[in-house]
Amino acid sequence: CLFPCSMADTGVLELLRLIEKADDGVDSVDAASRLGVDHQVVVGAVKSLQSLGDIISAEQRSSKHWELTEEGSEIAKQGSYEARVFSAVPLEGLAQSDLMKLPFGKIGFSKAMSNRWIKVDKAQEGGPRVYRSVDSVVDQVREKLLLLQKGSGSQLEDKDKNELKKRKLLSEVTVKSYWIGKGNSFSTTITKQETELTPEMIASGSWKEKKFKPYNFEAMGVAPDCGHLHPLMKVRTQFRQIFLEMGFTEMPTNNFIESSFWNFDSLFQPQQHPARDQHDTFFLSDPALSHEFPQDYLERVKRVHSEGGYGSQGYMYDWKIEEAQKNILRTHTTAVSARMLYKLAQQEKFTPVKYFSIDRVFRNETLDATHLAEFHQIEGVVADYGLTLGDLMGILHQFFTKLGITKLRFKPAYNPYTEPSMEVFSYHEGLKKWVEVGNSGVFRPEMLLPMGLPEDVSVIAWGLSLERPTMIKYGINNIRELVGHKVNLQMVYDGPICRLDS
Amino acid sequence: FPRKSVEDTDEEFDELCFEFGLELDEITSEKEIISKEQGDCKASEASDIILYKIDVPANRYDLLCLEGLVRGLQVFKNKLEAPRYRRVRPASGEPQKLIITKETAAVRPHAVAAVLRNITFTQERYDSFIELQEKLHQNICRSERSLVAIGTHDLDTISGPFTFTAKPPAQICFKPLNQTKEYTAAELMTLYKTDSHLRHYLHIIEDKPVYPVIHDRNGIVLSMPPIINGDHSKINLKTKNVFIECTAMDLTKAKIVLDMMVTMFSEYCSQPFTVEEAEVVHPDGKTCVYPELAYRTETLSSDFINRKVGINESTEKIAQLLTKMCLKSTATGAGDEIEVEIPPTRSDVIHACDIMEDAAIAYGFNNIVRTTPRTYTVANQFPLNKLTELLRQDLAAAGFTEALNFALCSQEDIADKLGKKIEDTKAIHISNPKTAEFQVARTTLLPGLLKTIAANRKMPLPLKLFEISDVVLKDQKKDVGARNSRRFCAVYYSKSPGFEVIHGLLDRTMQLLEVKPGSTDGYHIRAAEDSTFFPGRCAEIFARGQSVGRLGVLHPDVITRFELTMPCSALEMDLEPFL
Repeated sequence: CLFPCSMADTGVLELLRLIEKADDGVDSVDAASRLGVDHQVVVGAVKSLQSLGDIISAEQRSSKHWELTEEGSEIAKQGSYEARVFSAVPLEGLAQSDLMKLPFGKIGFSKAMSNRWIKVDKAQEGGPRVYRSVDSVVDQVREKLLLLQKGSGSQLEDKDKNELKKRKLLSEVTVKSYWIGKGNSFSTTITKQETELTPEMIASGSWKEKKFKPYNFEAMGVAPDCGHLHPLMKVRTQFRQIFLEMGFTEMPTNNFIESSFWNFDSLFQPQQHPARDQHDTFFLSDPALSHEFPQDYLERVKRVHSEGGYGSQGYMYDWKIEEAQKNILRTHTTAVSARMLYKLAQQEKFTPVKYFSIDRVFRNETLDATHLAEFHQIEGVVADYGLTLGDLMGILHQFFTKLGITKLRFKPAYNPYTEPSMEVFSYHEGLKKWVEVGNSGVFRPEMLLPMGLPEDVSVIAWGLSLERPTMIKYGINNIRELVGHKVNLQMVYDGPICRLDS
Repeated sequence: FPRKSVEDTDEEFDELCFEFGLELDEITSEKEIISKEQGDCKASEASDIILYKIDVPANRYDLLCLEGLVRGLQVFKNKLEAPRYRRVRPASGEPQKLIITKETAAVRPHAVAAVLRNITFTQERYDSFIELQEKLHQNICRSERSLVAIGTHDLDTISGPFTFTAKPPAQICFKPLNQTKEYTAAELMTLYKTDSHLRHYLHIIEDKPVYPVIHDRNGIVLSMPPIINGDHSKINLKTKNVFIECTAMDLTKAKIVLDMMVTMFSEYCSQPFTVEEAEVVHPDGKTCVYPELAYRTETLSSDFINRKVGINESTEKIAQLLTKMCLKSTATGAGDEIEVEIPPTRSDVIHACDIMEDAAIAYGFNNIVRTTPRTYTVANQFPLNKLTELLRQDLAAAGFTEALNFALCSQEDIADKLGKKIEDTKAIHISNPKTAEFQVARTTLLPGLLKTIAANRKMPLPLKLFEISDVVLKDQKKDVGARNSRRFCAVYYSKSPGFEVIHGLLDRTMQLLEVKPGSTDGYHIRAAEDSTFFPGRCAEIFARGQSVGRLGVLHPDVITRFELTMPCSALEMDLEPFL
């Protein structure tokens, strides 16, 4: 404990007097029995005195000794079961059944029988009857236990002790004790030390004359009683903060259910694309279909897929409304970006925007230690006149710098709704290699022009998962320890604050 | 890929792949692969030749085989000029014919064909030829052959004209590839039920009254697409003339697949990069000649590319960059105009933006100067998220720890275990869950918190948890028929129910939301019946006259069903009324 225990106060002076009399020291167990206190009290006094300087010398030692068990103590007091059986049997004998009713009857009977202290007459009317077979007995078990209790166990042979141990009346214990002697500044008078500063001391000014017991600075403090935020949500807060610092407005992504139209078709993702397969996407049976779409926009989307237009060859296939109507759990938050860009295009006059979102997306994929069926997607979108690929890389550089990542390079990639598409790699100092940290690109004209955005407006975007940087940040290998009910709450309790750039 | 002929060292090759948009996955050898999978002893006889495993972008079918990849990289490195693919008439003057009958309309309406004349296979080339078919089947042909199926045949074993028709399964009978006897189509479907590979394609035609089939003039079956080819016409290392047919649900894709097969392997014909045409006669008598091998010309300006990429290069330089990407380009001399020729191998180029990307790749993404756009905007938070963020902080300050649970769960979690019926939940249902964990989207946050406690029973009590997240409810007023609803849920789990703790948290929450106690303008709670809660220990929360949620001591049956042993009180309420 942090404060010198008050228990140690008792017995300190008595102990000092004892040490003063002893020439070459005293054992703490011995001291305890001489002072008539518990051994722990003496140990406390020793520690308390040690903290005051070189008043005493104390050397730790350990010794083995025999101690009576609870049952052993009872026998030392009341006598052994067999002796008790003997005295329970009167001269005229006792029915065996009555004897057995006594609490010690069963064990005592067999022991007394083997000691030949009693005998049984089975021929008696009314059942077997027990008689004394000797006039008097010596209760050796009790006497041995009493000897041990007095601390004179050395008079007994090991054979006897082991016999008593077998009967669970005795046990061997190791005692840690101190050999206490005088220290260099030994004295029997010590100034009483205060444990704590009190309001009274402050009021009276008495603290000026008092001595205070030193604190144990080695010990841990008392943990505060508090709640904790979830690590993934702490990281989410930081990413939100970064976007807000960069002037990005948050998109309303609170719609997990999306139509295939907004999730795929509006993004110029063809209807036969593998991502639209049952193996990759969760479809809904109820409500299975969406019914309301901006009709003229839907027609333009249909046309650009099936025939092309806006300078595009299109995909040249039979586009079906039935496929677009299918409800799904959104596979990316880009579905919301599409809705937002469509909304932007309906404004009378285009105004540049910067949007972001961080929210859940769903994939019907095979699960493993780093993949779940749902995860958080971080997405950033900028729409303005004349944005270039260099601008996208510049923004990504600023964004990742805020995450503490400054070394970036870009790899050409493919994505149905962006062209060009770039995978973002950062140099990992620990792994000594380039690792993928995100995806980015420029939205295709086939996506933007049917919405009605001006032709010279470019929209650049990027995305990454929230879970991956969090797992790296907090050193978590299995995603299930982070997200979902199998979370390790101790990890949540112990989590540090989140600064992504340090 | 068993060889490299483009770069000298592995590092340079890795760098080249990165710049070109390929992913050099692994450098290994056949020996290494076998030794990893089956142990060292089996590997001792395998080849030591180094293999490069490379991931190719999903839209670049022209890079799927070694022939195309090496060609692409060599052109990129200016070591080779992109070949020109030509369609030629046969020396005989009489092209092969594939006649489509009207019966196919019901099951697989489209077909295209072509001939590779005087081709020379080696083991390597042959393996690559077979592999490309497989890869095209897996990629563009989607869902393994459902859209397009490729059949390749030794032309010298069959004689045209060929007929593509559809017949009842009982009337189709032939010896399929690598089998020793003849089977009817119906027997084949049974035979392949147990084939680990082919069984995945059976469903494409299985329940159709007629199955597609191609046969020659003598009735020899070439193939029963999209399931299997005939054994009679199978190609081998000695095959000199290959007849290729692609049958399809989607004509555009069939043409692309055919173009891809012939452009990649015409390299090995006696007249490299020439393909012999074939005629396809449609039921209406119309005749089409394939392969199309269409070259398309797009005209664009260097200014467009400079502006979109953010570079400043001359028209000639940009034409050179595009030519490196197999898009043969010339500056026309009219201003900054560039004429770009898109070869049949680049079906991915469908818009000027695709050309612009290729210019950027050839320039090198990492050579582009990174700039900051001057887009001026003022940031706004989404009000619901702003409220959530602020509230979370203060709920943690109130001593509760934040949990984060899945939006998807089982029906049991949100209904049976809470003592409710699934019909009464307004839950949306998922049609294709792989396990019960993904049957529905949660309609309440409570099950997630109870499962979090169950998984953390070793932690010291009391456990005080909260979550602020969205649940999903059916809502006919929305275009998709469902909406999210932002909820706040908290639980107290200890040796005593602690209703007063949860009630106190409600009071604190209302204080944070600036709603005072009171029955009209403020908030109050009123006894309620709810099968999730212990009878007489549940109350409904009203705020400004509106019911917003419930709190109470959980029913012992609910506690038990979530594998918990201690009393527990809980609170769940809507947050959106407090915006």
